[in-house]
Amino acid sequence: MTNADPDLPRRRFRVSRKVLPYLLSLPALLTCIGILVPFFTAVIYSLQRYRLSQPWAREFNWGANYANFMTDPAFWNTLKVSLTYAFWAVTVQLLLGLGIALLLQKRTRMNNFISIMLLMPLMTAPALAALMWKLMTNPGFGILSYLAGLVGLENFNWASDPQTAMLTVVIVDVWVYTPFIMILLLAGLRSLPPQPFEAAALDGVPRLFVFWRITLPMLTPFLLTATLFRVIESIQQFDIIYAMTQGGPGDKLTVFQVEAYLNFFQSTNVGRSAALLMILWAITYVLSNIFIKNWLRLREKQRNTA
Amino acid sequence: MDTVSPIERILRGIALTLICLFFMFPIVWIFLMSFQTNETILRVPPSVVFSPTLENYTALITGRLETQAGTLDINFMGNLWNSLFLSTTSVAVGLLLGVPAAYAFARLKFRGSEDIAFTLLSFRFAPPLLVLLPLTIYFQQLGLANTYGGLIWVYQLIVLPLILWIVRGYFEDIPADIEYAYRIAGHDFWSTFRRIALPLAGPGIAAAGLLSFIFAWNNFVFALVLASADKQPVTVGALAFVTASGIQYGQVAAGIVLSIAPTFALALYAQRYLVEGLSLGAVKG
Repeated sequence: MTNADPDLPRRRFRVSRKVLPYLLSLPALLTCIGILVPFFTAVIYSLQRYRLSQPWAREFNWGANYANFMTDPAFWNTLKVSLTYAFWAVTVQLLLGLGIALLLQKRTRMNNFISIMLLMPLMTAPALAALMWKLMTNPGFGILSYLAGLVGLENFNWASDPQTAMLTVVIVDVWVYTPFIMILLLAGLRSLPPQPFEAAALDGVPRLFVFWRITLPMLTPFLLTATLFRVIESIQQFDIIYAMTQGGPGDKLTVFQVEAYLNFFQSTNVGRSAALLMILWAITYVLSNIFIKNWLRLREKQRNTA
Repeated sequence: MDTVSPIERILRGIALTLICLFFMFPIVWIFLMSFQTNETILRVPPSVVFSPTLENYTALITGRLETQAGTLDINFMGNLWNSLFLSTTSVAVGLLLGVPAAYAFARLKFRGSEDIAFTLLSFRFAPPLLVLLPLTIYFQQLGLANTYGGLIWVYQLIVLPLILWIVRGYFEDIPADIEYAYRIAGHDFWSTFRRIALPLAGPGIAAAGLLSFIFAWNNFVFALVLASADKQPVTVGALAFVTASGIQYGQVAAGIVLSIAPTFALALYAQRYLVEGLSLGAVKG
């Protein structure tokens, strides 16, 4: 917030002061510019008819890949599956994360210990988490399949059943990422100023009323940040779904990135794969711009109150 | 305010128990599984009573897997080493590139600095495959396919934005006057940066380093697309291992335990940096 005062550094720094910032940030920039090249390549691919298996037939078809999506049921399925996944995963995580954060709000030894323990799923690689749940839902010996059988769900096949595949991967996503929302909201809750709560307690305001009228509105910036962040990430989910079912059974879980991966490596349809990813990029670009602005405002506010 | 009725206390206790059960059970179960033979794993109904064995771990560490079909060589230790090497080097490179840049963005506001920082952060949110798929073709042309160098470069996509944004926040929090005072005392730019700015932003650099290490370690898709078997980290290796070992579930579980142990240990060791890192420095824990 404090800008560099141009008068203070002495004269001999004048020249280097102009160049210095560029000098300092150039290596990082160059590294990332290397990444921009493939991005533009992807844009070009998405405008081409390009199959790795038929390199001779490669030509520009100017947006035909995108136009084809309009009448392509597989594309609409991808869109639907991705949105369903993101919606359920984020909704459950938000409610569960908020609940846990409220339960652990008080700074006791026990609560701090539990919150550290609950961070462990978040430290697990999502691909490995999917593997862990795959072992637990194995129809032969999986403990969860056994437990499902105990409560009367015979032949509950978890991820390999088209009916419950979405449920299973959403559970894994909830398992991994709820702690993220919990930790953000917990930090948010603990940073709220105590005065409104003390005043409400003095006046004997019912606690449900305090929650809806004081806690929740004050927590909204944190809730918004956490939600946007998770929506951006879960709409792009790849690791959990690929490690669990590779998009199956059938096309039940072919979310954007999984579908694009399969298009590229299995059906070698580079053009369609790139066009799919461009659409996903457009969605996440809009969302991430909102997120970054929102998050900058939150950070600014936290600074000023701290 | 603190009058909590006994009923509420009990309900809270039950809720917390259920939550801990849901989040901790998979870890405990896989941990237990890793000390069992296939025989005890396959028992119906499953039971926690078994005589623990270390044979899964010895099989992984020696790299020889006994199956009914004969012995199978499995290079899981190689995967672990790759994970360690890739994550450590990526974070080191990321810090080397990112910390000076973060300082430039925080302290020496220059033309376009805000836009550049913004663009760099938005990389963090772009779909990785969008860049990775064309990269597979470029890497083949450049000879970077399946090299550590190529992977470390691509890993900067995860590591750099994190470091830039977290560390930048810390540099902005240091009052510029301290640095000016040191400069006026006759020290040059570099020694001011080294002796004043770096130590004061130390916790931020630690948080960024820790978090980016965990993200690099846990990454799956980069190596899945760009690395073949001998360069793969544990996340990709474990998946291939499941297919290769067929029904050696005990070893798979042991492999998972070995793969998640390092990030768990780091998280426990440096928990106070985690919260700040996870919220990109928005909330200071």
